[in-house]
Order: sequence, then structure tokens, then C-alpha cells
Amino acid sequence: MKNNILKQFPLLQRKVNGQPLVYLDNASTTQKPLVVLQALQKFYTTSNANVHRGIHALSQEATEQYENVRAKVAKFINAKSEEIIFTKNATEALNCVAVSWGRKHIKKDDEIIVSALEHHANLVPWQELAKEKGAKLKVIPLTADYLLDLKVYKSLLSTKTKLVCVTAQSNVTGTLVPIKKIIALAHKFQAKVVVDAAQSAGHRPTNIKNIGCDFLAFSAHKMLGPTGVGVLYIKRTLMEEMVPYMYGGDMVETVGQEEATYHRGYMKFEAGTPNIADVIAFGSALDYLMDQDLEAVAVHDQELLAYAKKCFSKYPAVKIFSPTKIENCGGVLSFTVAGVHPHDIAAIFDQYGVAIRAGLHCAEPLVHRLGVSTTARLSFYLYNTKHDVDVAEKALKKVFEIFKIKN
Amino acid sequence: MDLYSETILDHYQHPRQAGEIANYTVRVIEHNPLCGDSIQLDLLIKNGAVNDLAFLGDGCAISQAAMSLLGQEIKGQKISALKKILPSKVYELLHVPISPGRVKCALLGFAALQNALKMMKKK
Repeated sequence: MKNNILKQFPLLQRKVNGQPLVYLDNASTTQKPLVVLQALQKFYTTSNANVHRGIHALSQEATEQYENVRAKVAKFINAKSEEIIFTKNATEALNCVAVSWGRKHIKKDDEIIVSALEHHANLVPWQELAKEKGAKLKVIPLTADYLLDLKVYKSLLSTKTKLVCVTAQSNVTGTLVPIKKIIALAHKFQAKVVVDAAQSAGHRPTNIKNIGCDFLAFSAHKMLGPTGVGVLYIKRTLMEEMVPYMYGGDMVETVGQEEATYHRGYMKFEAGTPNIADVIAFGSALDYLMDQDLEAVAVHDQELLAYAKKCFSKYPAVKIFSPTKIENCGGVLSFTVAGVHPHDIAAIFDQYGVAIRAGLHCAEPLVHRLGVSTTARLSFYLYNTKHDVDVAEKALKKVFEIFKIKN
Repeated sequence: MDLYSETILDHYQHPRQAGEIANYTVRVIEHNPLCGDSIQLDLLIKNGAVNDLAFLGDGCAISQAAMSLLGQEIKGQKISALKKILPSKVYELLHVPISPGRVKCALLGFAALQNALKMMKKK
């Protein structure tokens, strides 16, 4: 990783409970570099206006900057600008697929396949769609090594399969999913595939042309951008057969008193004033990430994960929920300590300034599959260092001390 | 750390009244969906008082210790007295500073007791 990264993140300079902050909750949300914060301020102090509707100079500037980010997102994932829509987060993006594509294309007795690794955002919309249409939900189970069982997946696929919904990387086990393979297999049966890339988009390169998915969703705030911006990639050929999921201004062509007509392309999905400033600031986050080189970020995440696994697995009381081979993992490490509830682990880590997540991670069925009620989780990003893992290990030792755990 | 006092750890690791009562008068299950904590509380009521109680729980040290401490407090008490118990009683029993983030943990057992009282009223 490039030097001096820490200095570019103002928030990481602060202390928590009297200790220098060690932020290891990046799977929830990431911190923002100064350039992103400056982009927000610059927009509001120099170009603030509504987009797509003004003749005046400010509106044209705002529109140009907003649309430039669409082009930047497209380049970032190797897609076309007209295949990118902005939402408020990945959850809204996935719901858009369920409503705009799913309601029209999923029929009674059709089958939707989801994986056991899914976050609620890529599970609950499909549960609801299946319930509404009388379709069936099938689940790709896990192997003992926390990988998706592709043998079972192959046996689930049939001409009844209309949609496969899969994450690119689990937010609990960190499992990297072979999405290219999963997509190719689904396409043999003409099923569409939606990929939840929320955990992967900011951590490793995404190449739409290479993986060939039909839909892909991610969130700006998990990749150095502001909250309130999500992205949905929709394959161009599918856009025509989708209906809007929200109605109002900006997405219409003409409006009569009784009925209206809508834009055909991506604009039909962006009703109302979008999150202009945050989208523009997200553009700065993308510039920052492209400058860092995502291949290097992926390697950095895996190095920290390997180090953390080495440090934490020394203790017999610690149980780690992570695939054996590092090449199968993103920078996420879920663990439990025998005799200590994860909530208490997180509270003790917090006393050392170490921010980690504890709980169900919005993936309740997955956590229960792991055979535990909740887990504690470390998740890494480009500004983390081995020193952060060392501080976390120090906090872990304090957990053992307080709860009198013998290792 | 102030939060994990000897009393709290003792009650967490050795909860009093742990278990179930086969012939309970009322049984309630209380969840905290945010952190996944849960408590099942059984009360055996005789002559308008808590003759016996038992609980099964899964959760953090604070939620489980609070239930254990509260259980000790209410055993033998009259129903009329239980109705007068306030959250401040739980904080008093815990005797450590409870941050806003831990309020739900601290009061999970209290919420179970409130629901048990409501159910008894319906009976």
C-alpha cells in the first residue's frame, strides 16, 4: 500500500476511550479520506443546484459532475454509463431488481436460488418476492470449510430456476464466492444472476464483462464514499423489460392529468432529486481507490487477515469462522471466545479504542448455520496495519483476563 | 473495566435460579433482536407471591447477570410488590455504570418480568 494513508483520513487521528482509534469495522462502513470530504464541501460551496432540469450555469455544472460519476462508476466496473443507476444503498439496489424485474418475470412455481452466505439485503427481498408469486426459494449450502457447495448448487439448477442471488464476498466469514462460475452455470438454464458486491467492490477489482452477471449492487459508504449512495448495474438488454420502482419527477417523459410516460433507459429508475452531492463526492472516492490500485488493496486485506488468523488462533478458547485457504477469503474475520458473549468482547475491545462489530451482522440464517448465536468480527481496509491487529490481540488478552479464561 | 465487576462476572458465570420449572404458572421469552440476546423466565406463583422462579438465557454478561440479580430480588415477593419494581432497581442491583448502548441488555430480564406480570393479569 502507498505510504501516509493514515494521514489522509482525519477521523482515524482521533482517540476513543483515551486510546488511539483502531478501526476494524470496515465491513459495516469505511472511513472517508479528506479528498471525499473536500469534494462534498466544494460542491456545496461552488456548484450546488438541482440536476437534469436547469438552464442556468450551476444546474449544468451539477448535472455534468453528477453524470461524470456515472461514467466513472461504469469505468470502475467495466460497464457502460447507461447501465448504471444510483440508489441510496445496495439494499435499495437489490430491492429495485426484486420490484422492477422480479415482479414481472417471476411466476408461480418458478425457483429462485440464494446462497447460505447472504446478507439480509440479498435474502429478504427474494423471500418476499417468492411469497408474493408462489415461487420457491432454494439455498446453496456451505461446506465444512465455509465455502459454497457448488455440487449442490449444480443439482439445484433446472429450467425452473429463474434467478440466482449470490454475494461476491460474505460479510461474516469473508468467503470469496466464485461468482463467474456460478453465473456461467445459471446462464446455461437462462436464469438471471444478481450479485451483491457490497463487500467486494471496494476491496478487489470488479469486471462486469468478465463475470457476465445481469445485475450487480454495491454501496458507496463501504468503499470510502459517503453514506446515502448505492449503485445498481443492470445489463443493458434487460433494462427495457423492467418497470420503474418509484414514480415522480425526473423519470418521466410526458405527464398528462390521467397518465404519464417514462424514460426508457436508466433514468426511469431515478425518480426525484437524487443524492447529488454525495454521488459527486463518491466520484472522488473512486478516484482515490483507482489511484491506490485495487489489486494491491486485495493483497493488503489478505495479508492482514492471515496475520490476524495467526495471532488469534493461538488461543484454544478462540473459534474462528473462516475458510482455510487465504485465497478464498476477503479481509473479514468472525470469531467467538468460549464462555464470553461477543457483545462483551466488543465492549472490552472498545476500551482499547478498537472498533469491532458483534452480533448477527444482518445475516441471521448464516450465523445460525455456524452454530452460534452471534459472532465478533474484525474487518480490514487499506488504512489498517499489523499494529492494529496487535492492539486487537492485546484487547483479546484482556477479555481472557476479565472473564478468567484459561488458554 | 468498571462494567465487569466481580458481582456481574459471578452472576454471569454462575447464574442463580438457572433452569426451568415444569409446573410454572407463567413462562415468557424475551428477545433483543439487535444483539440476539434471549431470556426464558418461568414463575411459580403461590398465594399471590413468587414461590419459585427459573430462567434460561443466552446473552452478554450484563443481560444475564441482571436477570440473575433480579431473580434473587423477586423470589418470595408478593405480586403487588413486583408491580412496583422500576428499572432503577435493576441499575442499583448491577451497581456499575450502564451506557445507553447497554440499556437494552441491562433491562432484558426486567422486560421479561413485565411481560410475565401482564400475562398473569390476563389469566
